[in-house]
Amino acid sequence: MFNFVLKRLAIAVPTILILVILSFMLMFAAPGGPFNSERPLPPQVLANIEARYGLDQPYWKQMYDYVVNVVTRFDFGPSFQYRDRNVNDVIMQGFPVTLTYGFWSFLIAVVVGVSLGVVAAIRHNTWLDYFAVGITVGAQVLPNFVMAPILVLVFTLWLGWLPGGGWQGGQWQYLVLPVIALSTSYMASIARIMRSSMLEVLNAGFIRTAHAKGLPMWRIILRHALKPAMLPVLSYLGPAFVLMITGSVVIDVYFSTGGIGQFFVNSAFSRDYAVIMGITILVGVLTILFNLVVDLLYAWIDPKIRY
Amino acid sequence: MKLKSLLKTGSALVLLSAVAANAQATHPQTGEALAEVQTFTYRVLDEHSSVDPQVVEDTYGADIVRDLFEGLMNQDAEGEVTPGVATGYEVSEDGLTYTFTLRDNALWSNGDPIMASDFVFAWKRAVDPALASEYAWFMELMSIQNAAEIIAGEMDKDDLGVAAPDDKTFVVTLSQPLPYFAQMTTHSTTFPVHPATVEEFGDAWTRPENIVSNGAYILREHVPQERLVRVRNENYWDNDNTILDEVTSLVINDVNQGLTRFLAGELDRTEIPPGQFTRLADEYPDQAISIPRLCSYYYNFNLAEGGPEALQDVRVRQAMNLAVNRDVIVNNVLGAGQTAAYNFTPVLTAGFELPELPIADMTQEERNAMAVELITEAGYGIGGQPLSIELLYNTDEAHRNIAVALGQMWQQTLGIQTSLANQEWQTFLQTRGNQNFEMARGAWCGDYNEASTFLDLVTTNSGYNDAKYSNAEVDQLMADAKTAEDPQPNYTRVEEIIAEEVPIIPIYHYADGYMFDETLRGWPVDNVEQNWYSRDLYKVVAE
Amino acid sequence: MMYPDKTTADGLVGAAHLAEVQGRSLWKDARQRFARNKAAVAGLIALILITLFAFFGGVLTQWSTQEIDWPMMGRVAQDGGPSFANGHYFGVDELGRDLYARTVQGTRISLLVGFVGAGIAVIVGTLYGAIAGYFGGRIDGIMMRSVDILMAIPFMFVLILMLVIFGRSILMLFIGIGLISWLDMSRIARGQTLTLKNKEFVEAAVATGVRPLTIILRHIVPNLLGLVIVYATLLVPSMIITESFISFLGLGVQEPATSLGALISAGAGQMQYGVIWQLAFPLFFFIVTLFAFFFVGDGLRDALDPKDR
Repeated sequence: MFNFVLKRLAIAVPTILILVILSFMLMFAAPGGPFNSERPLPPQVLANIEARYGLDQPYWKQMYDYVVNVVTRFDFGPSFQYRDRNVNDVIMQGFPVTLTYGFWSFLIAVVVGVSLGVVAAIRHNTWLDYFAVGITVGAQVLPNFVMAPILVLVFTLWLGWLPGGGWQGGQWQYLVLPVIALSTSYMASIARIMRSSMLEVLNAGFIRTAHAKGLPMWRIILRHALKPAMLPVLSYLGPAFVLMITGSVVIDVYFSTGGIGQFFVNSAFSRDYAVIMGITILVGVLTILFNLVVDLLYAWIDPKIRY
Repeated sequence: MKLKSLLKTGSALVLLSAVAANAQATHPQTGEALAEVQTFTYRVLDEHSSVDPQVVEDTYGADIVRDLFEGLMNQDAEGEVTPGVATGYEVSEDGLTYTFTLRDNALWSNGDPIMASDFVFAWKRAVDPALASEYAWFMELMSIQNAAEIIAGEMDKDDLGVAAPDDKTFVVTLSQPLPYFAQMTTHSTTFPVHPATVEEFGDAWTRPENIVSNGAYILREHVPQERLVRVRNENYWDNDNTILDEVTSLVINDVNQGLTRFLAGELDRTEIPPGQFTRLADEYPDQAISIPRLCSYYYNFNLAEGGPEALQDVRVRQAMNLAVNRDVIVNNVLGAGQTAAYNFTPVLTAGFELPELPIADMTQEERNAMAVELITEAGYGIGGQPLSIELLYNTDEAHRNIAVALGQMWQQTLGIQTSLANQEWQTFLQTRGNQNFEMARGAWCGDYNEASTFLDLVTTNSGYNDAKYSNAEVDQLMADAKTAEDPQPNYTRVEEIIAEEVPIIPIYHYADGYMFDETLRGWPVDNVEQNWYSRDLYKVVAE
Repeated sequence: MMYPDKTTADGLVGAAHLAEVQGRSLWKDARQRFARNKAAVAGLIALILITLFAFFGGVLTQWSTQEIDWPMMGRVAQDGGPSFANGHYFGVDELGRDLYARTVQGTRISLLVGFVGAGIAVIVGTLYGAIAGYFGGRIDGIMMRSVDILMAIPFMFVLILMLVIFGRSILMLFIGIGLISWLDMSRIARGQTLTLKNKEFVEAAVATGVRPLTIILRHIVPNLLGLVIVYATLLVPSMIITESFISFLGLGVQEPATSLGALISAGAGQMQYGVIWQLAFPLFFFIVTLFAFFFVGDGLRDALDPKDR
């Protein structure tokens, strides 16, 4: 077990190295730099700026310095775009936002998705099942960039119940719409996976036995069926996490939440490589950690698996 | 102790609100009844670059800096120069020395008096290679003595032609006379900074917890990519005449989302999405406003060596210029009060007279007929050699729409096949700057309100001459205009040459469509540079 | 966003395994089972219709995808709605271009992106997995550790970055999207290859001195086919969804060409301005396409899945 965790964490090192090299390669190959503007800068000013950020150094030196700074001081460098902030500031600013609405979306997607899937499976082939399947398939294919403006039109403009965007330190009113927009399609995916795996489990021998013994349905579900049926859902959570981080780009753009997705897209467009790299590395590390947690959960639920 | 002070504040609050409730406040000049809540919230497309006056490089940032800091001179609603921190200035006979007198009651937000030396510090900072400001060029443009040499690293920043003979006198020495120098001191790069604060905190001095400023507002809160809040500066010398208490800018990337939130009452100002102005103006006549800008939108031909051969033929360029139906573009594609452009310099430019150009007086049918004639003569178009041209523009809905419309006009009238290529801003600048295009979108906004800021672009050595157009006569005319008593004849001639040789196709002159809260007053609609100050704004009681 | 889940993949392994052992009869059997699945058959029919629409729908209109109907321009909300009288069956877009013609083109491009992207993912993944599984040992170890490492790279971010930096092109999109998704396929293919490797026909081939690469291509890969087809069917919709996301960021196909994602994204921005058809028609084709793929994919899996027997 311990060895397994160690092995998985060891993967993080080459992953991050690859990310750094990849980002640097893109950066060196890219036309246009962070300091291009419509008005070409006088060569001397440009040289001054590049010296300020160490961009006049040879490529290998830039890369080396970067890695050393990240490893020894956990310093991701200054932002090219914003003078009064460095990359650590940007991440500290944007990441808690993404994490907050991401966490709620995840929780809601899992709880609602699993419940919906279980209900649909129990009431297999009834109107409830069809209804659940219908809305989940619908929710799954409706892009969240269509969902988001619809939500704002309905809840902000027509009903006037909720603000159409902003963050305000994460007050609940500002959380509702982003969470709905982000969680719906994952909720739907989870519900579908849950439904089919629950159906399978309910057909299995040990459940039939329990049923024959006269145990109440809810007890069978909770005590016996839920755990094995959760396994496929669990394995979906890893990729879902990555997709959710990606989806935060849409949420940030529409709801102006100031999360990490918005920083990433803006930095990509303005060639703020330091921020791009910082965010990419962060997401990479999180992916590794998250997958590790999922694997451990998997082992905990399914006693057959041993690491 | 603590309890006592709490009580004090409490009673003061009660008192204040009592005053507000009893005596309905009115505007000191107009006498309009003022609304009780004086806040202004507006949308910005993107996060501003900085609130450091010497560093800021975008208009959103400059809007904020004008609220937080005050320079020597300000602009009024018409864009005319009015006193700022300086009560006035004197110019020496040779036009090379400007002496500004600073007002006695001007304070920093921490209570320190504003000294002439603060300006000296700021101006030297702007050209300092160590700061490496992207706006250092502005100081060079202002012709301040030795600015160019300092930026190039040939001289020390202390050699800059600025001095503070006493606490309230600021003297600038120029390398050549510049008629619009005073106008340029309204630009954010020239605003003062508080030396002690800058030195103490370094790059972090602009954070809300550190910043010391001298404008009508101070920075209260800044959440990057979300919001920036500024509140009234009690130490501002003209605080009594400031009406808005709080100004908030919200970052909203999506323009349609901005409009929705405006309509839901979350915003007091937002941009109108392209193509929606007419409808909104019908529906909300009091809120939809079109504001003309000092900017021109145009397309460059690539005239550099290695550019497409057909475009070297002046007849092809003339034909393409004629075949553009500007009315369709300004009315149907954009429709927010933009005006058709047949010449480069916007009509609104101060002191600029529109030259009489034949193309402007023709009907579109006449233009199209002439265009077909010209292109046939050149041997291209329908029945001639096939011609296909790629239009390059930077990614944006409005630019795309214009490129699509232009392409269809040329295709349908002249039989020229067009394809579109859009690139991200940074890549686009690189491609265009290296002349790796056939035709490329261009736009120019005046750095100052005078025709040369536009017409200098078509001179051979201009860094922004993306068409790589070169005409000795134009160069000479523009050089002469710098010292001419009346430069207008030169400008007229240059415009005529542009119209004849068509290195660029002017499309339209800008106007921006905005939605404003109907109770908001004081917006400088006539200021073509759109330099607005929150302290001029106020909200009246809704009718 | 949709993601072909692991259960699907796990089920597949069993299915393909059986396909290989029982040979032709299972394929026939599977076809019958598929034909009995009404949703899957309906999905297949819908898919065929949509493909016909995407490739031949343009014949039905006199408008091209680029042509601007000038009188419509600026009056889209009033006059631009769907109409048979002026030949704009789906109305016009914000510039006065025919939305029917553009939807046809958009559907075609979205399908292409889906198929090519899934194709790349499946081909690369299968070959990679088969090679790793067949050779085993250290090669396998290195190859699969690399997959582990690549799995942790946020490829969507890298793709955004590449599209921003190198400019958008359909080729880049195909490659980028395809490369995001081959990793899972490679794992599945490897697992399956491990069991195939010990089969008599492979051992016979090895004994007669056939070169390893030939064995992989001639004997291993064909036996992975059932698995590959089902996985690809489930991958196509996720490719289409990814493309729509890229289009939303403005990094999709280059104007004047369009995709369903680009049309939907444009329509979604305009929906409060009384031009709902600009969203409705592309979205309809988008949703129907995805539904059809889901049903066909589910049907295929069930048809090949021995568990349901």
